[in-house]
Amino acid sequence: MPNDVSVAIRGVTKRFGETAAVDRVSLDIRRGEFFSLLGPSGCGKTTLLRMIGGFETPTEGSIAIDGADMTDTPPYLRPVNMVFQHYALFPHLTVGENVAFGLRYRPMDGPARGRRVAEVLELLQLSGFEARRPDQLSGGQRQRVALARALALEPRVLLLDEPLGALDQKLRKEVQVQLKRLQRSLGITFVFVTHDQEEALTMSDRIAVMHRGRVEQAGDAARVFERPATEFVANFMGASNFFSGSVVEAPGGDVVLELSGGGRASVPLDGGPAPRAGEAVRFVVRPEKLDLRRRDLSERGVPSVAVTVEDRVYQGISTIWSVRDAAGGRFTVYEQNERPFEESSRWQPGARLFLCFHARDAVLLRAGGGGAS
Amino acid sequence: MSADAGGGRSRAAYPLILPTWAVLGVFFLLPLCVLFVISFAQRGTYGGLKPIEDLGAYVLSGKFLSHYARSLHPIYLQIFWRSIWMAVVTTIVCLLVSYPVAYYVAIVAPPRRRNLLLGLVVIPFWTSFLIRTYAWMFILRTEGLANRLLMAAGLTSHPLELLYNDFSVLIGLVYGELPFMILPLYASLEKLDRSLLEASADLGAPARETFRRVTIPMTAPGIAAGIVLVFVPSLGQFIVSDLLGGAKTILAGNLVQNQFAVARNKPFGSAVAFELTAAVLLLLLGYAAYTRRRGEDVLL
Repeated sequence: MPNDVSVAIRGVTKRFGETAAVDRVSLDIRRGEFFSLLGPSGCGKTTLLRMIGGFETPTEGSIAIDGADMTDTPPYLRPVNMVFQHYALFPHLTVGENVAFGLRYRPMDGPARGRRVAEVLELLQLSGFEARRPDQLSGGQRQRVALARALALEPRVLLLDEPLGALDQKLRKEVQVQLKRLQRSLGITFVFVTHDQEEALTMSDRIAVMHRGRVEQAGDAARVFERPATEFVANFMGASNFFSGSVVEAPGGDVVLELSGGGRASVPLDGGPAPRAGEAVRFVVRPEKLDLRRRDLSERGVPSVAVTVEDRVYQGISTIWSVRDAAGGRFTVYEQNERPFEESSRWQPGARLFLCFHARDAVLLRAGGGGAS
Repeated sequence: MSADAGGGRSRAAYPLILPTWAVLGVFFLLPLCVLFVISFAQRGTYGGLKPIEDLGAYVLSGKFLSHYARSLHPIYLQIFWRSIWMAVVTTIVCLLVSYPVAYYVAIVAPPRRRNLLLGLVVIPFWTSFLIRTYAWMFILRTEGLANRLLMAAGLTSHPLELLYNDFSVLIGLVYGELPFMILPLYASLEKLDRSLLEASADLGAPARETFRRVTIPMTAPGIAAGIVLVFVPSLGQFIVSDLLGGAKTILAGNLVQNQFAVARNKPFGSAVAFELTAAVLLLLLGYAAYTRRRGEDVLL
């Protein structure tokens, strides 16, 4: 086992009755990284996190933490700690007692325990709140107490189950940055569960996108965003501009396609197996990487699809254009409003234009599942 | 009892609590006042009350306190002490038996089976308490079910004296009060947030520590309510001690009942009854203070 793997998940399946909440998942979470499990509700991300914490036992497969098999180890013997979704602070104990709760099971004397509590409270800017009870705190303070309580035990891995869900939007943004900074300065592995792709992107080094119990794609945050491996990941990351076409030829690292909306495009293969000539494939281009032009640019080697403008939403910083090609495919284009403002509404619904993009921004989609880390 | 617990209750709410106060007044407060007054009177020749000719002289002589003085006689103090002791033991046994039961129903059993299990706890109420107590006589007597089973199992060669002693009274009391402990415990265990138990385990606490440091403190309101609900009726019980205790086990409840029904000494019976009520009210006041501090109440 490589030395830098913090949590090794091997072929883990969790069945509740007939349904598999988690289905044959294998992941390596590296030491000291901020790793996010991202997906819609019911995708199995929380169940997977709870298996790392020891609150659920895998039906199949194994989980090792720092090289030691933990598959059947009860939670209280694991070197991991959890920040629960609704924090699960003990309402009958003060902030100080909450943070000291787990230290009692560590070989340290009273004064050392007190010092550790003070230290962690200071780290999370909670000094002076020792004697308060959880119900006398704001949402953000409670969230920090939950974090302090878990971090007091210096876990090898910190598990976070949507801990920002209860915070309002503005505070959430602040906490995201603080949490990322904290993780970097402590060097502890964070495994973070969220359904919010923006949140995952803001904080994570790497992301695993889950869908129906399986990992659809795992990899560097930016890569998962820019180069989604499957249609589900593309959709979930807000890139729902799907183009289809048939393969003309696949020379070297590129695939030349005949687009069903008209025109040709040579898109990068991205390391996958080369498709055969004549095969139907789909690819996606992110909305901010599409461009609307008056003229067909295919002669200049720029893929161009004839489209009609359906709608325009002016959003201040950007404008969102909805367009449609001859085959009925709908596309969304984000345009930064960097032109003079008279031009931001230069096209009306019904205008006939060309949808252009750089071939390097096109991402070939594979048939679901399997994107390895 | 909890009428003033709301603190800033507006005047507009007074008409709404009026029916409650009316019922409490007619069926509780008024009889209590009557009891209180009678407890200062003297017994007449035929069981009624002796008329008082000179109230001033009667009060000054201190005779109006004679029944309270009499109740402090060692023979009665011993009965009070026994009653309190039996009620305490009953409460402790009920708590020890009920907690695992309530814990199982509220936390371990699958949710769809909870109502069935709770139903089983309540079913005995469909039969009169008197009949159920008689049933215990049939179970515990020398040729009863318990003895036959014990002998069939070879645990004893001759029938044991299970009936007409403290043991049988205790069984009857525990049996009768058990549901009143199980139900409030269930109510507070069912409310218990499971993630608190998980958080405790996550922080390194083994199951026993989680139970001691989280489960028990979090269900303390249910425990307090159960203690009150069991201790109070146990203190005034007379049916169980009468039927299962024979003549040997006299409790405070029997003493009151005897004074009214057998000795026909209403003033003395009233004095003892009032003392019991006062003790219970003190207990309830303590409970009310406790729940006000906790801000959580299962009972009132």
